Amino acid sequence: MGEAALLVQAQPDPALDPAEAELAANRMVLALADLLDALALPSIETVVPAISSVLIRYDPLQLTSARLHADLRRIVTRLVPVPATPPRVVTVAVRYGGVFGPDLEEVAALLGITPAEVIRLHTAQIYRVLMIGFTPGFAYAGILPPVLHLPRRSTPRTAVPRGSVAIAAGLTGIYPAVLPGGWHLLGHTELELFDPQREPPCLLRPGDGLQFTLHPNSPVGLL
Amino acid sequence: MNRVARVHDAGLLTTVQDGGRTHALRYGVPQSGAMDRFALAAANLLLGNAPNAAALEITAGGVELELLAPTLFAITGAEVAVTLNGWAVPTWQVVYGGRGMRLALGYRQGDWGAYAYLAVAGGIAVPAVLGSASTYLPGAFGGYAGRKLARGDELHAYPCQRDPAAYVGRAWDVAHRPAYRACPSLRLIAGAHADLFDATTLAQCTNTRYRIAPSSNRMGYRLHSSHALHPARPASIASLGVLPGVIQVPPDGQPILLMADAQTTGGYPIIGVVITADLPLAAQLLPGDQLQFAFTTHTEAVAARAQMQHWLAHAAHLRPPMSAYAVPV
Repeated sequence: MGEAALLVQAQPDPALDPAEAELAANRMVLALADLLDALALPSIETVVPAISSVLIRYDPLQLTSARLHADLRRIVTRLVPVPATPPRVVTVAVRYGGVFGPDLEEVAALLGITPAEVIRLHTAQIYRVLMIGFTPGFAYAGILPPVLHLPRRSTPRTAVPRGSVAIAAGLTGIYPAVLPGGWHLLGHTELELFDPQREPPCLLRPGDGLQFTLHPNSPVGLL
Repeated sequence: MNRVARVHDAGLLTTVQDGGRTHALRYGVPQSGAMDRFALAAANLLLGNAPNAAALEITAGGVELELLAPTLFAITGAEVAVTLNGWAVPTWQVVYGGRGMRLALGYRQGDWGAYAYLAVAGGIAVPAVLGSASTYLPGAFGGYAGRKLARGDELHAYPCQRDPAAYVGRAWDVAHRPAYRACPSLRLIAGAHADLFDATTLAQCTNTRYRIAPSSNRMGYRLHSSHALHPARPASIASLGVLPGVIQVPPDGQPILLMADAQTTGGYPIIGVVITADLPLAAQLLPGDQLQFAFTTHTEAVAARAQMQHWLAHAAHLRPPMSAYAVPV
């Protein structure tokens, strides 16, 4: 990735099912990012963990690419993935359907289940925050149960409301600001996802657990 | 903090920028910072500031300021006509302006130039957000209240003691700058997904003149040519970390060159990455300008980066010329 960045890609384990393999790859990616942070090497500027890769930005005048490759090969073989159980779980209360989740009915129809069933499935498990990207504070969390897997909308919206809780491509996320977007909008939260004056600026961080719950004032419920 | 200038005409887009913020990339916060980081560093080093101190980034010229205190300043980057109380003053050189003087930047002369950097001794003072003074306009944070400058804004600088006699007239010679020019050939290293493209397509990428589309901005340049680039086989790519210089190829085959405000992750195939040493050349282009690409090696890219470091290091040896630039009063 240019002369000053190296992309380390985690190979998903073919013995696992794809969702399990992706989660396992993500646990390795976060372990590598944490380790490089802890080492705080002056020649490594920063690391950017993604779902199954880490971008390492370094100064090639202080650390040769060959040396970095060799060091990483040694580090990676001894790497212990971060725990499968997130150390911290963030609970997000969601108003589903109605004006809060304009796509809930359509999603239910596309999947051949009821809106209540979509909500039950969406709130049934603790997701893992796999990465933050696309825009400040946008957490990609997963992995959704297979029945909730849908491709992105064919025509993206030009302005998705801030706080929209959405799903697409096996993942779920929350829009931290008014943004264009192609995910299906199930509901809405009032939580502040991103505040640049806060340290760290994000409510959700890579590796966190994310549990959606039904807001008592949700227009659509479990029944 | 000292008041240093008041804005009378903010031009098209003037923001406070520094070397950028990198410690919040993992939270999706773009790097931001100066588009032309070399010109920013040169302006600061001329004045004895830290290379990444905050300065004004002026897009396409057309700015007028009133100095509110005697000020040592330097303007680098795009070649624009600069006047102090109507008198022409040079760029890439330290100038001393008196209280009440009007500093005006004209529009670009010639066929390249997009961003001029105005640095003042001590550096522009704004509150740091996530470790940086840079403005990130889409997020409305950083810099001057998270926005571009407007008429009436007052700028402050960090206090600093500098003997004008030791700085006025310090100049940055052309031999120690990147080869800024129209239609530059930007060197690139094959990207993470270059192997998705066949040899003909890769050759096409370097045999084409690209024009920067009107929708381009600090986030990236949309590049247009008559040849679209398409992968030889379809591929689904998991979002991965990206950085300024990355060339993404979206489904329409018209590449996007990511710049300072680039998003932190992307899911389009990456055909190549422009080397750090050539990003200043890209930064000094505006929509409508043209550019080309040429593949290079990692070794050459590191050598070019070292060359640029060497140019910046030469600032330590700068001395004011015998005949210091005289300030018209």
